[in-house]
Amino acid sequence: MVGKPPGSTLMSTPQRRISTRESRGVTLLLIGVALGYLLMFLGLPLVAVFVEALSKGWELYWKALQEPDALSAVKLTLIVAAIAVPANLVFGVAASWAIAKFDFKGKSLLITFIDLPFAVSPVVSGLIYVLLFGAQGWFGPWLQEHDIKLIFAVPGIVLATIFVTFPFIARELIPLMQAQGKEEEEAAVSLGASGWQTFFRVTLPNIKWGLLYGVILCNARAMGEFGAVSVVSGHIRGMTNTMPLHVEIVYNEYNFVAAFAVASLLALLALVTLGIKSLVEWQAKQSGEPLHGAH
Amino acid sequence: MSSFKAHSVLPGFNLALGFTLLYLSLIVLIPLSALFVNTASIGLGGFWDVVTGDRVLASLKVTFTASFAAAVANAFFGLVVAWVLVRYRFPGKRIIDALVDLPFALPTAVAGIVLATLYAPNGWLGQYFAELGIKAAYTPLGIVIALTFIGLPFVVRTVQPVLEDVEAEVEEAAASLGAGRWDVFRRVIFPAVAPALLTGFSLAFARAIGEYGSVIFIAGNMPFISEITPLLIVAKLEQYDYAGATAIALAMLLISFILMLTINAIQWWASRREAR
Repeated sequence: MVGKPPGSTLMSTPQRRISTRESRGVTLLLIGVALGYLLMFLGLPLVAVFVEALSKGWELYWKALQEPDALSAVKLTLIVAAIAVPANLVFGVAASWAIAKFDFKGKSLLITFIDLPFAVSPVVSGLIYVLLFGAQGWFGPWLQEHDIKLIFAVPGIVLATIFVTFPFIARELIPLMQAQGKEEEEAAVSLGASGWQTFFRVTLPNIKWGLLYGVILCNARAMGEFGAVSVVSGHIRGMTNTMPLHVEIVYNEYNFVAAFAVASLLALLALVTLGIKSLVEWQAKQSGEPLHGAH
Repeated sequence: MSSFKAHSVLPGFNLALGFTLLYLSLIVLIPLSALFVNTASIGLGGFWDVVTGDRVLASLKVTFTASFAAAVANAFFGLVVAWVLVRYRFPGKRIIDALVDLPFALPTAVAGIVLATLYAPNGWLGQYFAELGIKAAYTPLGIVIALTFIGLPFVVRTVQPVLEDVEAEVEEAAASLGAGRWDVFRRVIFPAVAPALLTGFSLAFARAIGEYGSVIFIAGNMPFISEITPLLIVAKLEQYDYAGATAIALAMLLISFILMLTINAIQWWASRREAR
């Protein structure tokens, strides 16, 4: 072989080293292809959001963000996430406690059902709530009689957001808690701890990184959801527009600076999410606690 | 009771499972059942008439072709990216590794408008396509670009851990028996990562079929040419054709189910093969 150093007595060592690696040319080619692909599909779009947002200067950028419609969209997005994320957090903890700490029939069917929203198109996720609560829906006439508006109003947006982010926290916690077993909790209970004490002092410290991981991913999707929310929102300016919907409306009005200004906030949110995610992964590695159950 | 649940000293089962089932039913199961119940009201014949309509079939063809093309692109490039991230060291690797998840974190509407801007005929990338006489934005190619972006992390993230676990000894053994580098990859490494690659491909494919936000800005949305099925559902809703929208939605849901079952079957098959 080519790379064998002259005078080497160990025949196998250099040979082995060479043939479990690619040649320098192949290595550089593969790195080039990978980085080129990531640059084209991730790097450029990310940079372009900020370049487009600032293309007419900072002044117009700030003005676009301070528009009343933009501000109300930011406010609505924060409200929706503030309801949807805690709701799915409570559900995720309850579901994973039942599934990971107990044995009962139909468990795998239950897990499949929890994953269902990931298999549903965002548009369909919005549609099902229109079928239930819309003017022609199952509960439409009753709701109208009692003057309650869910569709084309904030409650519908919250419901659709809860649906699309439904599995995030549960599917993070279930495998994690299954991998950790139940010996520690059983010890705590047999020593006289109550159920809540056991959960807060034994279980929660064990799952905190996985929980945080699920919460930030759930939050990112809740704030960024477009398709499902678009179907139930009705696009009433200053009333039922979340940030992604506001981006769509101003973009379709050819007000690109304003669209990219609000989009840049969402891109920042995505970057912060990725940052926290990496930090949590690093923390979990440092403390030696597994972040994911499936290992 | 005892036959339903094994005995345990831990408390809270009834509360936890009760809340889980209630919440699951209210948020997911009952709303999803509306698709079946409402479709039943137009009957199987009505359902069939809607889903085999010309415009619906054309949209399904566009959606599946574009999703498949995007998933194939991601299977190939995702494998290269995973390989590079696992095997090589280069400056900025950790940041690039974290950035792979961007499509999971970036709202789809943002992805949609920025891709449409980049690939428009006068955009940063679109101008080079235009020089070659290729129109990227506002054509089916634009749909493939958006779906490639959306599906990018799946293959990388499923293949990466498997590639990390391929034992160096096996590669060394194959090499010491005289296998060249390409043979080692083809006969040793590729079979080990193939199930993960297939899983990542299916996940990207399934995600692409339902995708809406990132596509509609770049697609051009011409009926019969660049109209995806989720957009057709929205169009039917805007015309108050609830029965039509519901029938198409149900068809999409059934297709997603079949895909999900296929993915599970692949994973089951792969884990059995591994255990052997």
